[in-house]
Amino acid sequence: MIDELFTISTLIGILHSCVRLATPYLFASLGETFGQRSGVLNLGVDGIMLMGAFFGFYVVFEGHNLWVGVLAAIAIGVMMGLLKAFVSVTMQSLQGISGIGLYLFGLGLSSLLFKTLIGSVEGVSGFRQLPIPLLADIPGIGHILFNHNALVYLAYLMVPASWFVINRTTLGLKIRAVGHNPEAADTLGVSVNGVRYTTLMIGGALAAVAGASLSIGLQNVFQENMTNGLGFIAVALVYFGSWRTVGVLGGALLFSLVNALQLWVQALDIPVPSEVAVMMPYIMTIVVLAFTARQIQRPAALARSYERGE
Amino acid sequence: MPTGRRRIEDQIVYGISRPTGGHRAVNFRLNAPYVQMYGIVKRFPGVLACDHVDFDVRRGELHALLGENGAGKSTLMRILYGLYQPEDGRILRDGAEVTIHSPTDAIRQGIGMIHQHFMLVDTLTVTENVALGLKSSREPLLDLDRVEDGIRELSEAYGLQIDPRAPVWTLSVGERQRVEIMKALYRGAAMLILDEPTAVLTPQEVDELFVTLGYMKENGYSLVLISHKLQEILAISDRITVLREGRLVGTVPTGEMSRQELARMMVGRDVMLERTREDDIDVGDVKLRLNDVKALDVTGQPALRGVSLSVQEGEILGVAGISGNGQRELAEVIAGLRPIAGGSVEMDGTPISDWTTARRTESGLAYIPEERMHDGIVRDFAVSENLVLQEHTSDKFSNGIFLAFDYIARYSRQLVQDFYIKTPDIRTMTRNLSGGNIQRLILARELSRRPKVLVAAQPTRGIDIGAIEYIYQQLLEQRDTGMATLLISEDLDELLALCDRIAVIYEGQIMDTLIREETTAEELGLLMAGVHPQKQ
Repeated sequence: MIDELFTISTLIGILHSCVRLATPYLFASLGETFGQRSGVLNLGVDGIMLMGAFFGFYVVFEGHNLWVGVLAAIAIGVMMGLLKAFVSVTMQSLQGISGIGLYLFGLGLSSLLFKTLIGSVEGVSGFRQLPIPLLADIPGIGHILFNHNALVYLAYLMVPASWFVINRTTLGLKIRAVGHNPEAADTLGVSVNGVRYTTLMIGGALAAVAGASLSIGLQNVFQENMTNGLGFIAVALVYFGSWRTVGVLGGALLFSLVNALQLWVQALDIPVPSEVAVMMPYIMTIVVLAFTARQIQRPAALARSYERGE
Repeated sequence: MPTGRRRIEDQIVYGISRPTGGHRAVNFRLNAPYVQMYGIVKRFPGVLACDHVDFDVRRGELHALLGENGAGKSTLMRILYGLYQPEDGRILRDGAEVTIHSPTDAIRQGIGMIHQHFMLVDTLTVTENVALGLKSSREPLLDLDRVEDGIRELSEAYGLQIDPRAPVWTLSVGERQRVEIMKALYRGAAMLILDEPTAVLTPQEVDELFVTLGYMKENGYSLVLISHKLQEILAISDRITVLREGRLVGTVPTGEMSRQELARMMVGRDVMLERTREDDIDVGDVKLRLNDVKALDVTGQPALRGVSLSVQEGEILGVAGISGNGQRELAEVIAGLRPIAGGSVEMDGTPISDWTTARRTESGLAYIPEERMHDGIVRDFAVSENLVLQEHTSDKFSNGIFLAFDYIARYSRQLVQDFYIKTPDIRTMTRNLSGGNIQRLILARELSRRPKVLVAAQPTRGIDIGAIEYIYQQLLEQRDTGMATLLISEDLDELLALCDRIAVIYEGQIMDTLIREETTAEELGLLMAGVHPQKQ
């Protein structure tokens, strides 16, 4: 029973799941990192994920190509990002509460559309395993790292890509400046609102892809509220990672490891009450956040709307 | 001598290209107007901030813009820099009308602005701050190496010493100001607006800044200096424009003006800023004593590293220093707002270190906090409520659990009258008062209790000259009746005018305590920078 957990093949299985399960966290948290580095807290990630998950799934369910599904998710994600930007950047509503509103909107609308357009739980054939030639044959490591579907690889590629955009491009410099001192950026002719619209659209697109990675990549079904609050954990991971892409990667892996462990504990019928197993990732979130109180890298203007004047 | 609508073409000198590190080199005519503003009108809710103001600045000129707080000088310059849009008026550059909708437009017109509160992103490096908002040569990628080379060139050309790779949070205030100037130069500015640039500098840093400005002037830059420090304006400007309550009072050549005349233009009446009292009064017993006081700042770092000082009855002891050297913590420890980490505070010979703030207040300690809007008053309280804030539970102002409204009203009206607090009514929300009137209110509350000891932290910062004059007068009067005052200030002129002795604080320690008559601004300035003059 419990010793089954410690066999080599089980460990490889757990690590493989861990790498795989980090996918939605990575997309969503990296997206949220863009927004937060520019000073906007978007708590609506989970709602955007649900919308992305639904549209990605629906397009594929209607018989289109998987990548068309991803594009549909991106499109709806950008629109949700624009909505968030309009409410909290242009209209300057409080970022926290408007994010909750966006979440509830996404949750409700995706459920409604699901009931009207599909009606019952259906499956699709999502992205297939795409073992990378040669690398996938390495014993152990090969299966853990190089035997996944395209969306999983894409999620990991987003880590250096996001780092590059934030640290090596003019847009990235503007994002960092706007998140820390929007007044200063404004006096140099940087459009604070423009930058925030951009990051929220990027964040929306990535959150929607995170959702699609569930509905057409990992689980290949759509259900109401299928994210189960995953988007909120993604927001927490940004704090955990101190607003750095590498930190977010670490957080996502740690988190998905606990998740993978939990799944395997259940799969192997180890006599731990399933409620306790399911609770583990959430307890983990609380513990981790409690211990990441140091906020050195925190964008100083996070969650503050910017208005010229004064 | 008010300026009319005119095109001054006197002393036209052609030639000379500006060495701006190769970023921009144009011919200019010295003394030709670079920017002209005519009939500028700007309204804010309830205030006419600029009322048909004319202003111009010539090439190679340092033009000072003088006025009290709220006179409209910053507003006028913010309009020129595109941060505000005027309701009416025209702006000309090199004689051609331009519209400036944003800082980007201003920068395009060669106008740069150094704000009073530095507009820097402290988590970024100097180079990143300079590059921010500029087109890169490798768009969309950054080209920080190229920017860094440009910075090095400029810093050599103008004697602006900065390390381009240093993160801004590691820099001193003087260095940050250089980064600000660098940002404007790098963008090819031909004109710089400096908003109160010396307010935060040591006298030595001020001298360095003036050298840089002088050099820029020689090279044809137009400079606008917003200030209310008469002395420095008289020392370095070519012309002075005075604004009062949003209106233009006049533009005058500096050479023709004296301090008194300028002050009169600025305030609209004669002003008495000099020390008015006969010298040498008898100082009595020690009223406030600090022995080796230690305290931590908000981040838990030591802010006071063993401060000892004493203030006697009928004495004003000044504390000079550049902000952030422990002044705030010093005031808070005495007031009882910050725990003491070592040493002791005594009032009237009794240790008060573990007393509550209320007990200190009742025993005769008065406190004028640095953050008057935050710590001095409750913004959404009525004037009368703020006036009795401290003593509202005393028998004077309450009947059992009820406030004695009638008495409070009478008492407040008396104080409003005695301390010349300009307010429509005692029930007016305090937030609607001007800074100077809020400070009068705090002064009224604190001094009306006839305190034995007063701790005043930056009491005149950011308030108009009329209120400053009044505060000086009150501090001196109270001193003559025996109050012991600890006056914490960054304004050396103020300290030299009011204090009997001046202690200089540097990195949480008292460098030295000097007798006013025996010291100079230069000596104090060196001590403020952590240098013992005699030990050099």
